[in-house]
Amino acid sequence: MIEVISESRCIECDICVKVCPANVFDKTGGAPVIARQDDCQTCFLCEIYCPTDALYVAEYADGPVAITEAEVEERDLFGSYSRALGWKRGKPGGTQFDPTHRIRVAQV
Amino acid sequence: MSSNQTDPSGSDPLRLQADVLIIGGGPSGAWAALAAAENGTKVVLADKGYLGTSGATAPSNTGTWCVAPGEDRAQIVERRWQRTAGLADPRWMLRCVDRAYENLLKLVEWGYPFPSEDDGKLYIANLRGPDYMAFMRRRVLLAGVTVLDQHPALELLSNGETVTGAAGVDRQRNRDWRVDAKAVVLATGGCAFHERILGATGLTGDGYLMAAEAGATLSGMEFTGKYTLAPHGSSLNKGLPFRWATFYREDGTEIINSDGEPLRNGIGEREKEIARAMIEAPVYARLDQAEPVLQDWLRQGQPNCFVPYSRMGIDPFKALFRVTFKAEGTVRGTGGIRLATSDCGTDVPGLYVAGDAASRENMTGAMSGGGAVNSSWAIASGWWSGQGASQFAKRHEQRSAFRSTSSPLGEAGLRPAGTTKPGLTAKNVIAAVQAEVLPLEKNYFRDGDRLEASRQKLDTLWSDVRHHLAGAGVDRYRAREAAAIAATGRWSLNASLARQESRGMHRRADFQSNDPAFTRPILVSGIDHIRVEAAEPVQHGKERAS
Repeated sequence: MIEVISESRCIECDICVKVCPANVFDKTGGAPVIARQDDCQTCFLCEIYCPTDALYVAEYADGPVAITEAEVEERDLFGSYSRALGWKRGKPGGTQFDPTHRIRVAQV
Repeated sequence: MSSNQTDPSGSDPLRLQADVLIIGGGPSGAWAALAAAENGTKVVLADKGYLGTSGATAPSNTGTWCVAPGEDRAQIVERRWQRTAGLADPRWMLRCVDRAYENLLKLVEWGYPFPSEDDGKLYIANLRGPDYMAFMRRRVLLAGVTVLDQHPALELLSNGETVTGAAGVDRQRNRDWRVDAKAVVLATGGCAFHERILGATGLTGDGYLMAAEAGATLSGMEFTGKYTLAPHGSSLNKGLPFRWATFYREDGTEIINSDGEPLRNGIGEREKEIARAMIEAPVYARLDQAEPVLQDWLRQGQPNCFVPYSRMGIDPFKALFRVTFKAEGTVRGTGGIRLATSDCGTDVPGLYVAGDAASRENMTGAMSGGGAVNSSWAIASGWWSGQGASQFAKRHEQRSAFRSTSSPLGEAGLRPAGTTKPGLTAKNVIAAVQAEVLPLEKNYFRDGDRLEASRQKLDTLWSDVRHHLAGAGVDRYRAREAAAIAATGRWSLNASLARQESRGMHRRADFQSNDPAFTRPILVSGIDHIRVEAAEPVQHGKERAS
C-alpha cells in the first residue's frame, strides 16, 4: 500500500488527492498526507500520475510495511513504475511500445 | 481535513439536472457517457473515485475480444460459445464483438496510441489500462459530460414508475449531492467482496443493491467461484505470468499433479489441483517455464505484474515465491443485474446497466469472462446502455414536471429500521461476509451443507445490518458498501444452493455433474426476503437440440 510521500520531491500540486480511486490522501497547507492508508488498494496509479515521482507504493497490499524514504531513494524505486510504463511527469506514454500482443501469441 | 464528517448534510448540497445520469467511471461508464452525449442528451457521470483510475481496468493491462468482420467471425463466436458451458447466447456474443470492434476503430480514429505489429498494422486487441482510461477521460470531457469525481452514489430516486436520478455524497467536500435525471445507467462494476485486488477493492456491489431496491432482478449470482493467483500478500491478481509457472511446496519440492507430473500452468485445467494443494499447505511458484525472450516481453508488457517483484527484491523466473488465490466475486465471475432489453435496460423503467454491473451470462455463461470478453462487453454494453438511456430520456421529456414527487429508495446501511449499534461497523460486517464467501474450501469447492450453514449465518448478519447499520456524514458510503457486500453474499449463496449441479466455476461436491435441466439462468430478487427462480431454459442450448 501507499507508504511514502517525499516532501522534498513533492510540489504540492495535489494531483494524488484528486486521482486516487480510494481517496487515500488529504490536502493540507503543504504536501498532502496519507490520511486513510488502510483504504489503499495498491493499484500504483498515484505513482504514475505524480509529476515529480514523489510517491511510493509498496507491493504488499494486506497492511503497512516499514520502508523509509531513504531506502526508496537508495534503491532507485521512486518513479520506477512510471519508467517501466513510459509515463513521464505524470502524463501517459509508452503504450504504443507495449509488447503484450507477443505474449498473447505465445500464451496459446 | 475531514473535520465535517459528523454533520450529515455538510455544506450546501450539490443539485444538478440531467437527461442521463451515469453512475460509475470505469470503461463501461465512459462509453455510456460518450454514447449518450453523441445522442444529444445532457449527461452527468458520477464516480466513487476518479474517472481514469477507478475500476478493475485502469490499473491493469487487458486484452479485448477483438474479431474483425468477415466470414470467419461466426465460426470464432461459435468456438467461443463452446467454452461457455451452454449458458451464453451466440446472438449477444455476435452483436458484442461487432459493437466492440466498431468502437475500437473509433479509438484508432481518435488517435489512441495502439502498438503496431511487425507488418506495421495497428494491434487493437489490447488496451493498457492507465493509458486507455486517461484517454477515455479526455474524450468524455471533450464530449461535454459533467464529471463528478469522488462522488459515491448512495441510492436511486424514483417517482414510483421510473427511476428519476440518484443521490450520494461528495466525499472530499463533505456535502450531499443529488442528480435528477430522466434515465440512469448503473456502471458500478461487480462485487469482489472487498478483497484487496488491483482496482477492485472499491467494487462492492453498490449497483446491485441500488437496482434491487428499485425492483430489478439479478442473474447468475452463483457464478462467483472465480479466483486468480497472486504473489502472497499482494494485490496482483493477474494470471497471465502463471501460464509459465511450476508449483512447489515451501521446502522446494515440486507438487505432483494427478497424472504424476509436476504441477504447472496456473491458468489452465490444473487450477483446481493448485487450489486443493493450497487448502492443505502453502504453495510456492516459480515462472521457470518462460524462455528468456518471453521473460523480456513479460517484463516490458506487464510492468504492473513485474515492478512489484523487483520491489520485493526477487526474480520470479529464478526464485520461489509464495502465492495465494485472490477471490474475484462477480468482477471476473459472471453474475449481475439481469438484462431485460437489447439496449441494456433492466426490469425497471429508466434504469440501464453496463459492464460488470450487468450479468455477463449472455457472453460467457458459467465461465469467467475476465480480461478480453469482459473488456469488449464493457465497450459494447456501455455504448448500448448510453444509447438506450438517452432514447428513454428523449421519450420522457415532459417528465420534469413530476420531479418533485421523486423519493429516495435506499434502505439497508442507510436508513436502518432501528437504532445503530456501536459494535456493528462496516468493517466488521465485511469481515463476517468474507469469512463465508472467500475461503477456497467454502466457495471454490462448494457443498450444499456448507452453503446452507453460510446462508444461515448471513441471514442473521443481515437482520443486524437491516436494523442497526448506518454511517454518519461522508462515511455513510462505507456503511452502504458493507450492506451491498452483505446483500451480494446472500444472493450468491441462495443462487448457489439453487443450482444443484456443477457447471463452469460453480463446483458442487454434492452435485458433481452437469445437469441439462439446469441449462438456464438462476434469477434472484428481493432484499430482506430473497426470491429464487429458474429462468426459461436457454433456447439455443446444444443440449436441447441433441
